[in-house]
Amino acid sequence: MSASLGGAAAIVGIGQTEFSKAAGRSETQLASEAIVAALSDAGLTTDDVDGFVSYTIDPVEETELVRSLGPPLVRWSSRVPYGGGGSQGVLLHAAAAVAGGAANVVVAYRAIKARSGGRFGRAQVSPRATSAHSGTTSSQWCAPFGVLTPASWMSLNATRYMHTYGATSADFGRAVVQLREYAATNPNAHFYGKPITLDDHQSSRWIAEPSIRLFDCCQETDGAVALVITSIDRASDTPAPVVIAEAATAGLFEEEIASNHYRPNLEVMDGSVALAEQLFGRDLSRSDIDLAMIYDAFSPILLMQLEALGFCGPGEAKDFIADGNLAPHGKLPCNTNGGLIGEGYIHGLNLTVEAVRQLRGTAVNQLDDPRTALVTASRTGVILQR
Amino acid sequence: MTRPAPIVTDDNRDFWEGAREGRLIAQRCSDCGRLRHPPRPMCPHCHSLGYEPAELAGTGSIYSYTILHHPQHPAFSYPVIAVLVDLDEGVRVLSNLVGVAPDAVRIGTRVRVTFETTADDMAVPVFEQA
Repeated sequence: MSASLGGAAAIVGIGQTEFSKAAGRSETQLASEAIVAALSDAGLTTDDVDGFVSYTIDPVEETELVRSLGPPLVRWSSRVPYGGGGSQGVLLHAAAAVAGGAANVVVAYRAIKARSGGRFGRAQVSPRATSAHSGTTSSQWCAPFGVLTPASWMSLNATRYMHTYGATSADFGRAVVQLREYAATNPNAHFYGKPITLDDHQSSRWIAEPSIRLFDCCQETDGAVALVITSIDRASDTPAPVVIAEAATAGLFEEEIASNHYRPNLEVMDGSVALAEQLFGRDLSRSDIDLAMIYDAFSPILLMQLEALGFCGPGEAKDFIADGNLAPHGKLPCNTNGGLIGEGYIHGLNLTVEAVRQLRGTAVNQLDDPRTALVTASRTGVILQR
Repeated sequence: MTRPAPIVTDDNRDFWEGAREGRLIAQRCSDCGRLRHPPRPMCPHCHSLGYEPAELAGTGSIYSYTILHHPQHPAFSYPVIAVLVDLDEGVRVLSNLVGVAPDAVRIGTRVRVTFETTADDMAVPVFEQA
């Protein structure tokens, strides 16, 4: 990220719907509810909004949103590819837009009915060769072989990771136990009040053996979240701004999202290595990070990202986790809402909302005075500060 | 229910037509000679648009695997064994391992290609223990 973008923009509002298994209303309605809540949180109105950004695979069209929200003039809009791996890219787009003057107030949103609508985890054969811009060649190169779901695609990488470093399903399970412990005290989480033991994890059924059991998978969820981004100057007039200190994307040659099978060494998430080089290459270092929110669609990629981001050495994430470092008083409190595995899967953007809450001091599992938070999703990431 | 037919496009036609004829194909750049897979219209190294189908020996070793239990699709019998195979010519393919018990699958096992028919009289390359 160029020096001119760092610190140029801030998140000034967060909003969300309830997270559920059956929202019973359209994605457009879910997005509209979350956006109005986020603007209210920021002390702004739809009259202030002149930009929108979401994921390429989000079903809510900008024109539909505008019909419900009623902003008088949209000057800028954008979409980020790579599915959930692109989730934090919406903040890079938004920060660039306000820093460059293309927009004054940008709303970033993700609305999804991942349980009652189109489930990622259903066994289905797409009639199309390409992926609707989610960053995968899975439908033409995986589907003919029965490799039909994100868990099946990622388990190939995770098995290689286990082989190389001697990690086991129980090592993944220790991460899940921690996530479920956070979720157990988060009323917003699917697994609120439902902590598990390592034995529970180890007796959950295989989805993709030997790397992914049922409890290693995120929760397919219905809901929406929204964030409001504006310039650092304008942010000073809002109640609780959080600065986007760094924002970066790193998409590497031959690296796909989810069906990432063609890089030479799949035990390493190369995109996250490259992302960390950008995020920590300027003013901030890993030791500044008080809290990490890391994209945990499946538990193995949580370990793999901890290593790729440089918080522990290759193959050492299992020991880092076993030592309790993801817990509230560990070296790197992580996914304090329960993550995508424990809270729910709003495709990664609910992790960003939790980071903002932690920095504001309003999280349910509030840490002791965190000032700097890292949020990453494979190849996209941000560092947020108050 | 038979295995679903692959989706043939302008960019991948050589691979699937080769499979139907019982041949495992990678693209070879007509200019710099590099092999590549999955197929694409341009050589990412020299930007040549010229390529030809190169028949591979069909031998290699298992780079990684996964044994798929859930969810299940009616076209496949479970558990499905999915493998990444590093072929001896230096390209990697995603496929299935057949004729091997799920608990006998190992990284590094030598494999060779065979073919299974799909819907629409097409075929996919799969692998058996060499």
